[in-house]
Parts: sequence; C-alpha cells; structure tokens
Amino acid sequence: MRQIIFDHAAVDAALEQMADAMFADEIHLIGIHRGGAIVADKLQQRLEARGAKLFRGNLDISLYRDDLDRIGLNPVVNPSQLPHDFSGRHIWLVDDVLFTGRTIRAALGEIFDFGRPAAVKLAVLVDRGGHQLPIAADLVGLHYATDSLCSIKLNSDADWHIEQRELKKEEVAS
Amino acid sequence: MKGIKHLFGIAGMSREQINYLIDLGDSFTEVNRRSIKKAPTLRGKTIINLFFENSTRTRTSFEIAGKRLSGDVINISASTSATSKGETLLDTARTLAAMQPHVLVIRHSLAGTCEFLAEHLENCAIVNAGDGAHEHPTQILTDLLTLKQPWGSPEGKVITMVGDIAHSRVARSHLLAAKIMGYQMRIVAPKTLLPSQVERYGCEVFHDFDEALPGSDAIYMLRVQTERLTDNCCFPSIREYHEAYGLNMKRLKSAGSDCLVMHPGPMNRGVEITSDVADSVQSRVLAQVDMGVAVRMAVLAALCGGGDEA
Repeated sequence: MRQIIFDHAAVDAALEQMADAMFADEIHLIGIHRGGAIVADKLQQRLEARGAKLFRGNLDISLYRDDLDRIGLNPVVNPSQLPHDFSGRHIWLVDDVLFTGRTIRAALGEIFDFGRPAAVKLAVLVDRGGHQLPIAADLVGLHYATDSLCSIKLNSDADWHIEQRELKKEEVAS
Repeated sequence: MKGIKHLFGIAGMSREQINYLIDLGDSFTEVNRRSIKKAPTLRGKTIINLFFENSTRTRTSFEIAGKRLSGDVINISASTSATSKGETLLDTARTLAAMQPHVLVIRHSLAGTCEFLAEHLENCAIVNAGDGAHEHPTQILTDLLTLKQPWGSPEGKVITMVGDIAHSRVARSHLLAAKIMGYQMRIVAPKTLLPSQVERYGCEVFHDFDEALPGSDAIYMLRVQTERLTDNCCFPSIREYHEAYGLNMKRLKSAGSDCLVMHPGPMNRGVEITSDVADSVQSRVLAQVDMGVAVRMAVLAALCGGGDEA
C-alpha cells in the first residue's frame, strides 16, 4: 500500500528552505546516486538562481557498501564523478532519505579516497529516523519518524513527492 | 550475479550476463583514473592466481584488479608450485582450496582444467584465465569493453581476425561471443593454421588477407604461437608469413580510417603487425590492456558478491 506523506508543495518548500540555509558564494555539492544526485540537481538550480557558484559531483557508493556478501553488487553501478578538487574545501553531501546511516558511512569512505575536504556536512531531504550509526544530518528538509517496516521513497517523476510503502516480511532490512 | 558461480568460458553465458560484466567493468574504469586507485569492495576476500603457463599481462591484470578492490591476491606460477615436485593438479588445487580462498584464477595448458577442478572443489569460485586452445573469457569481455566506447553495441559489426586461429583460445571465445552478441567474425589464416570445420561457428573464412579487409570494422591480429606449433604444422618462414598475413599500413588503409586495430598481446612487431600500425591512432592495443583491468575487477566483484537475487 502506497501513501503520500509529503506532497509536491511540501517537498518544494523543503528544498527552498534547504537552499536558503546552504547559501554561500561558492558551494561544493556532492549527491549520492541515485536519489541524492537528483536532489542535489534541484538544490543546484535553486542555489545558482540565488547567485552561488556551484561545484557539483556525484558518488556511487556501490563499491563501498558493507553488504556485498548478503545482497551482491547493485545491478547498475554508476561511475563516481568528482571533477573538482575539494581538498581543503567545505563540502555538502546530499542524499534523499536518511535511514540507517550506512550509505553515508560508505560515502564518507569514498570521499576520502578522492581527497581531504576541510569539512563535510550532510543535507538530506527526509530524515526518517532509525539510525544505526552515530551519523546525523546537518540540514534536514523534512522529518518523518517511522519504523523499519516501511520504505520511504522520493518519487521524482513529474510532481515530486515522498511516499511511504509497507514492506513485505522478506523485504524488511536487518 | 544471477546464475554465475564460476567463469569457465563464453560458452554457456547469456547476452545479459556478458553485458552486465561489460557495463560493470565500464563503471570500474573510473576507479582506475583516480589518484588513489582503491575501493574496499573485496576487503577480506582472498584471490589466488594459479598459473601453469607463462603470463605477464593476464596475471598482472588479475592481480591489479584484485588489489584495486582491496582483495588479497596471491600469485602461484608453475615453476614455484608443488606440481613441479610431482604433486597432481588436483592435489595442488585441493591444498590451496583448503586455505579458504574466495576465488581461484587458473591458467593451464589443458582445455577443461577449470571445469574439472570445479567438480572437486567447494566454496570457491573459479575463473578461467586461459585453458589450452579452449577459452579465454576475460579477454573477450576486455575486447568488448574496449569496443563499447567507439561502437556502443558490437551488433552488426565485422571483426576480422588474422593468424593462428587453430591454437588460439581468444579466437574460439570470440567466435562463440559473436553468435551471442550478434557481431560477424571473419577468419583469415593459411589452411594449416585453421581448425577443421571452423565454418560451423558461422564465420566467414578467408585465405587471402586483402580480400577480407574491405568492410572490416576492426582487425584483430593474433600472435603466431611458435611454442604451440609442431613440426607437422606447415608454417612458412616468418618473412613469408608477414608478407601474406602481416598487418601493414597499406592493408590498414584499404580497410578504412575508421577500422580499429586490436591485439591480445604480446605483439611480435614485424611478424603479424608492423610498428607503424601498432603505434597508429587506430590501434586500441593499449586500451585493451587498460580495459582488461576494469573487466577483471568486474568479474572478481561479481563472483565474490553473494546473493543470487542481485
């Protein structure tokens, strides 16, 4: 069963607020494939409209995951693209949904294989709670507390919205 | 990856499986461009390269691929293995398997070595890195990844392969892959270097190199494997062979400026290929080496990744 928990207007307003909070003259923005990359694209548009200079990159953390033995490689692995040297810079890492924190842990590992940023901040569109690691977002667009029996997904077809779906027993993450 | 426990050869692979490994290899090329060329994907995995035949590039390629993904790679060559002390192949393999490696990469002069060992070993993935004149699957995946960039899909393209087809596992694996992936193979060789009934693979056979050139999208030169040629194999002199079957600039020009040149290495300059061709802009020989590492990373990662559902 699918249920829309944040409609298009709510997502739009959240992205606006995030862009306001992030604004600086120069911003290094790195999205995590796939959801985080498209959220980063939206933030980029808003930040550039406000006059910021953007340095964009995308990460695919497939090679850094901790569950290769359990579920194998992703069927599609995108190359990571970090064309700008961010050593010594402040960077924003962007994801769509923050849940266990394992993706972020993997992303941090990968970032440091590319260079040594001065600081990494985390921006997420939705924080759904249920963190399994001492990882918290610095900037959260929307809060939604729920248990691990459902999935929270950004639907980025025409009108962006966030939906909740109940998981079948075998899908529940361990 | 679905349905793949071992990589024995192109035979038995599906188009989806081949494309999966090529695309996965493509995504690994990015890791090979980083200044820190290391990802943690195979942390804690042990890969043993067991090579009973000489090899520099394939062994090094597997070794680098494993190490770039943080696997622990051990190399064993025939001269240092206990088979030179009289141990059987199976005992050597069983001994190594008892040390709990995740992957055994094997090269052997006997066709079917990998299948044989897989029947007797458990909990260990086996990769064929060349078995006699039988198969060399990672070379074909390498070539197809190399050609992905200029061609997109190989479907409908013509690859003209020249040289010692009879002794070439690369030729055999390509003939099998051509059927699965939908490209056309032209085979050029003197009759003495052709396997019998090669036409049954669905390829065109030429004895005159010049006739096969027009319409070729790539020319794939093979090394004359003097170590596999026996006396009863009527091989002409090197000079005569070069005249009839060597790729020179004149021949490359008649194939066209878009025609790519490939070679699995090691090249014998002045025998099957001239230096100006080997170093020309149409040559993809070094790109093949580059893509070889990426494809082997993909193969190791796909075999080490658990889960049949992924």
